[in-house]
Amino acid sequence: MMNLESIPIQAFLIVSSALFCIGIWGLLNSRNAVRVLMSIELMLNAVNINLMAFSSYVDNNLIQGQVFTIFVITVAAAEAAVGLAILLSLYRNRVTVDMESFNLLKW
Amino acid sequence: MSIAITTQIICFTILSLVILIGALGVVLLESIVYSAFLLGGVFMSVAGLYLLLNASFVAAAQVLVYVGAVNVLIIFAIMLVNKKEDLKPINDIKSRRIISTSICLTLLSLLIRVDLTNVWSLSSPLNSIGEESTIRIGEHLFSDYLLPFEVASVLLLMAMIGAIVLARRDVMSQDISTGLPVDQELIEKSSEPLLTNKN
Repeated sequence: MMNLESIPIQAFLIVSSALFCIGIWGLLNSRNAVRVLMSIELMLNAVNINLMAFSSYVDNNLIQGQVFTIFVITVAAAEAAVGLAILLSLYRNRVTVDMESFNLLKW
Repeated sequence: MSIAITTQIICFTILSLVILIGALGVVLLESIVYSAFLLGGVFMSVAGLYLLLNASFVAAAQVLVYVGAVNVLIIFAIMLVNKKEDLKPINDIKSRRIISTSICLTLLSLLIRVDLTNVWSLSSPLNSIGEESTIRIGEHLFSDYLLPFEVASVLLLMAMIGAIVLARRDVMSQDISTGLPVDQELIEKSSEPLLTNKN
């Protein structure tokens, strides 16, 4: 067996890939609008894990990846606030959170 | 990092199992409330992964912002819109499921193949700056990332104002034409839906 010095970066990358794909699956298949927002948060977290892994393994002196992660967290917070506000006003106009019934822009 | 490699591997395995199983629960569970709490668990485990990567500041920010703000906001939204409704069945749900699942699995296999086959040029030694990372992040934020930092503050302000404008009910404290105070009882009365569902 290989004598490991640290966890290989591939392990972090695989976890983040799997998390990203689970997020995409949830985004495509959820019918509840709140769950769609949760799936988007999962995908953003997957990207964050990726950035942090590369920042720690490749760029461990300047750690620019960690700064990027901070910005992604900021934007995710803003996105969640605006997304949930849009959801509330949708619910007020349609009295449902079913994604299939939001078809005003359907061509 | 001063933790032994065996301990690191055990922690990593547990945390990634919690992340992946929790994420599957978030997208698959029937009850949206369980999903929201599992999402909180996933966020905490991601913070644990950051600690394993020696990034304590980002782990703290993750716990504060995601678990403390985003997750609480999602739970509040669930409380506001939680109505039992019978969803209309979709005709071609089976083919949709098959297509989306195959797309996700294909993407996953591609990503894992790239992860495993690419030769990453890793620098050594790993985690050399350790706890200094907080200082380094502060230096970055106030020197070469100063403009994005300020733009992020404007973005947060815009998001806050936008969320308030989108989510509030349009009720004024006094009538525009007569100037009399509006009966506040009317505010909480549920209004007719403005848009009717066409299908």
